[in-house]
Amino acid sequence: MADKALQGIKVLEYCRGISGAYCTKLMGDLGAEVIKLEAPSRGDDARRAGPFADDQPHDETSGLFLFLNTNKLGVTLDPRAPAGRKIFERLVAASDVLVEDWPAGTLEAQGLGYEQLRALNAGLVMASITPFGRSGPNKGFKAYGLNISHVSGQGNLLPMPSPDLSRAPVKIGGHCTDYDSGQTAALGILAALFRRALGGSGQFIEISQQEAVLNLQRIESVVFANAGEVLDRRGPNDERRVTQVYECKDGWVVALAPLEHQKAALGKLLAEFPDMREHTRAEICARGQSLGCPVSPMNSARDVAESPQLRSRDFFTRIDHPVAGQIEIPARLCGFSQTPITIERAAPLLGEHNDAIYRERLGLGADAIAALREQGAI
Amino acid sequence: MSALSQDLSSVDAEGPLAGVRVVEFTSAWAGPYATCLLGFLGAEVIKVESRKRLDHSRITSFTTARAFSGPDESPVFDNLNLNKRSVCLDLSRREAVAIAKRLIAVSDVAVENMRPGVVERLGLGYSAAREARADIIYLSSSACGQTGPDRENVGYAPNFASAAGLSYVTGYPDWPPSTLAGSIDLRSACTAAFAVVAALIHRQRSGQGQSIDLASQEVIAMLNADALLDFAINGRVRTRGGNSDEAMAPHDCYRCSGDDDWISIAVATDDEWRALCGVIARPELASDERFATAAARSRKRQAIDHIVAAWTAQHGAGEATHLLQAAGVAAAPSMTNRALFEDPHMKERGVFQQIDHPVLGKDWVIGPPWRFSETPASVRRASPLLGEHNEAVFEGLLGMSPQEIRKLEQDGVIY
Repeated sequence: MADKALQGIKVLEYCRGISGAYCTKLMGDLGAEVIKLEAPSRGDDARRAGPFADDQPHDETSGLFLFLNTNKLGVTLDPRAPAGRKIFERLVAASDVLVEDWPAGTLEAQGLGYEQLRALNAGLVMASITPFGRSGPNKGFKAYGLNISHVSGQGNLLPMPSPDLSRAPVKIGGHCTDYDSGQTAALGILAALFRRALGGSGQFIEISQQEAVLNLQRIESVVFANAGEVLDRRGPNDERRVTQVYECKDGWVVALAPLEHQKAALGKLLAEFPDMREHTRAEICARGQSLGCPVSPMNSARDVAESPQLRSRDFFTRIDHPVAGQIEIPARLCGFSQTPITIERAAPLLGEHNDAIYRERLGLGADAIAALREQGAI
Repeated sequence: MSALSQDLSSVDAEGPLAGVRVVEFTSAWAGPYATCLLGFLGAEVIKVESRKRLDHSRITSFTTARAFSGPDESPVFDNLNLNKRSVCLDLSRREAVAIAKRLIAVSDVAVENMRPGVVERLGLGYSAAREARADIIYLSSSACGQTGPDRENVGYAPNFASAAGLSYVTGYPDWPPSTLAGSIDLRSACTAAFAVVAALIHRQRSGQGQSIDLASQEVIAMLNADALLDFAINGRVRTRGGNSDEAMAPHDCYRCSGDDDWISIAVATDDEWRALCGVIARPELASDERFATAAARSRKRQAIDHIVAAWTAQHGAGEATHLLQAAGVAAAPSMTNRALFEDPHMKERGVFQQIDHPVLGKDWVIGPPWRFSETPASVRRASPLLGEHNEAVFEGLLGMSPQEIRKLEQDGVIY
């Protein structure tokens, strides 16, 4: 097996939402050992989100769950039960990273806040992901991905360009907004691990989902502050608009030409294809790109799945799951020359690694495990 | 760690990546913001650029479609290049490439985002960089990647978003896909910075550097996983669904009483549904069998949307948000850049930060997205003027004499 970038790093995930699970997946796919805690019997909420084969829900076959939990070990644990809490503390003591996404103050109220956990493990890097952060008037507010998309300044500018302001602004498709906060959190965590390895201590990292997404909107967000201009989803008016969508025979292409030589290339392309509806996206993009014009097809999921470009780069990986069977998932986030991303393990079944972690790793006997089960702790 | 970092980077000492030096050969948005993130985290970032072919974010804004009259007047460039130093080199000149290699030799990380093939032709590809610095971490960011049939395609954020399929699922069902915009570049940047720090951690343990081939199309395709999974599992091609979610209702953005005033409301659990019914003064719906479970509510999405919209139309989004949140319902306004700037929560958390820029004056930028308890990420300086640090870097870091620097300036190498 090739060397892994994050080999030897131990991550504990105590989350309910998508952002936290995506954050630890990113680390797991780079070789960190991730132990995912799930609520006993019920398991992660993502197990009940689709897509499911033939739209038939099943706790072990959610496409979202299978995607979010590659390369993880899964145990069931309720840290709120007294015996569960002891196990949680032992797992924290043996981890480099803890990622949690409970409402601000929840873990503190259970006696499991950063101050308490640091006493067990001074090197712990603990990341807390909340919708609005841990301070400020909105700190207690609840939000799902939809709300974050809109409250971060992103949704208000979509769809771009919008035909009509009387229609609602929209979110980005799928769970993109949730993944954004997860990626942001993962970057902060790795930076803290880098520092710790140089002799630094562990630390606490706070991530507000609103601010993680607002950071991605940083250019649009300051236009009012600096220039007094309120942007809206109509976009710049027609004369100033840089990006254009063209309807073709088999869908749409997008083109933009901010630089002079690109404007000339786009002009030439438009002259050669006066009515794009008579031509395919492939024809137009091949010619446009050969002229140096940034023009691309507006791909559907099928187009992406069948893309010769992505196929040639092994972007997809086929996982083999004991219940869901074989599924091809997007996997190769980027290409590392020395430490390639690989999927070594499909997402865990509910409680799949209870035995491996509780008996083999923590050395609990059969009686102790039975008692935990009795208390509803695992 | 570069021993030479000491003098230039004493002000960068606080962040978790203090002591890491990054040299970048990037322009536009995705490359510059990747190293800007590393700079927030305390790395010392040296940007190599040239007036011969200016970074377009210095001269134009894609967001407002405005042009700036000089290279040092762009708030877009400022917000994407905070904390950095700038040196000028005309990389079409052999002497300039030699100097660039000396910068690589004293750096931990090099980042470039030229069209694939260009940086090799200049003599600054990974193999050349490795000659200068054996354990360099070298990230190439491009539209489609360094390999494959589309490797030479050019593109900006709307191109990656479209090619990755994310545009196709964003927008209204009866309207073409949404182009999306610059935030797509910043997503690519965030993954690029993550990959660099992962490689730095690997180097701490192994002593080995490596190259990283990052394709913006692939980064965005990962974020489009939901549609790709549905295709993989069911062969179904998802299209644009507005604000909807297949498992939740209500789950939409509803019109409120103000002008272009909207509130997003999402209900997942039965408790949340009952709370919503209380707030909108329709308690009878809480016990209505037609809406008793999440699955039932999803089937009655349209009926629910009518009920909720009738209530929101009588309230401002801010007021409605407070009423719903007080009852435990996830609700938030759809915020404009103005609403965000004037928001008390944003103010208390210091999200918008004003910095002094020698040409722009006071410029508002967005602060970093994390709060570290021990090693804060920070905005320490405005973005650099073009070539502002020629002397500090060439003399202070590379040990060139003032005469040598002047000569190179006269010859158009430092340009």
